Amino acid sequence: MIKYLIPIIALFQKDFKSEIRTRYALNALVMFVITTISIILFAIAYETPPYEILAGILWIIIFFSAMSGMARTFISEEEKNTVMTLHIITTPITVYFGKLLFNLVLLVVINCFSTVLYILLMPNFSIKSPDIFIITLILGTIGLASTSTIIAAIIAKSNTKGTLYPVLSFPILLPLLLEVIKTTKLALEGEYFQKAIPDFQVMIAYFIVITTSSYLLFDYIWKD
Amino acid sequence: MLKIEAINIKKSFGSRKIFSNINFSLNSKNILGITGKNGSGKSTLVKIIAGIITASSGELRYILSDKVLDYSEINKYYGFVSPYLQLYDEFSAFENIALISKIRNIYVDEKKIQQLLERVGLIDRKDDYVREFSSGMKQRLKYVAALYHNPSLLILDEPRSNLDSEGISIIYEIINEHKLNGSVIIATNDLEDIQICDSIIDLDKISNSK
Repeated sequence: MIKYLIPIIALFQKDFKSEIRTRYALNALVMFVITTISIILFAIAYETPPYEILAGILWIIIFFSAMSGMARTFISEEEKNTVMTLHIITTPITVYFGKLLFNLVLLVVINCFSTVLYILLMPNFSIKSPDIFIITLILGTIGLASTSTIIAAIIAKSNTKGTLYPVLSFPILLPLLLEVIKTTKLALEGEYFQKAIPDFQVMIAYFIVITTSSYLLFDYIWKD
Repeated sequence: MLKIEAINIKKSFGSRKIFSNINFSLNSKNILGITGKNGSGKSTLVKIIAGIITASSGELRYILSDKVLDYSEINKYYGFVSPYLQLYDEFSAFENIALISKIRNIYVDEKKIQQLLERVGLIDRKDDYVREFSSGMKQRLKYVAALYHNPSLLILDEPRSNLDSEGISIIYEIINEHKLNGSVIIATNDLEDIQICDSIIDLDKISNSK
């Protein structure tokens, strides 16, 4: 286990240090979140949208910010021509889990930032069941990161990366997005935790299915 | 001792055949040269040997002490240098080698990195970002990355690319030293490089004979 863990953490550290120095993804993500929330605030003006809309808007922001940032982990390696370096120094499994870990951490930072900003600025967005909301955010982030990582690896070699990424991701992420919007609404309505358990089970199953299939497929995606 | 065997290697991109019927066996203490005109598939063949791309058909075996190595593990046994291989511009020369070693799951020996950097003449620039390096300096640094994990095989695609005369003599020293205990594969069209090889695969002759 340690044999696999050390290179994965080393690859994560490489990407983390690289991100700190180049701000390749972080700046774009932060700017995206700030502009989107500002536009939404201008658009709703003094209206108080219902819970369904508020939950939907939050996850739309999170989905599109993930779309603008997550692909960069693989695209930056393609653009800098360092993909081959990774090929010769490590295994596909290390690359997949190293990139997944980096995307996960990046998404945690961005989702925390977006959520705090959203809670502070959006009228009527008061969380009455914090336990449901926190678990929704955790499971949604994990699911989003695992799907975004494998799709980023697929589209990195294509010529139309920007367009292809959300188009490919959307149908795969749809079941997850429907679940997180539903449980966020439950958190806003102040429902009991038990009511959200079946949805959480679906989210966990989604993560397991996506990560397992990504693990099995990545070898083929990575080579040639 | 590491032995590499290639049996009927063929590579096509779509309907275009690059080469076929590549057979060779490389034992320790030998240098294998791969030559051929531009577009004959020299780089493609070294990439197949390094496991970076897969052959359309045929078999490649890395054999260590009569045991065929798992294909996913072969990168532990070779060092790779080529003009199209890139290191990380946003890190210093030292950081690049340290990061690569960590990703390879090898202990980062600062003294050893410094010795190798000194050998290729980059010790004074070890803390400079790679983006500030010339193409020749980057090529020298790739040799450090390729040698750090003591590989049994050195795979060199255009080994003298971007190097000045001093750089070329350094890499010739490295090749000759490496040959004492390991093996070397050189993809080149340079006559001087070809002369140091013990055996040659001429891709032009192979494709013409088919």
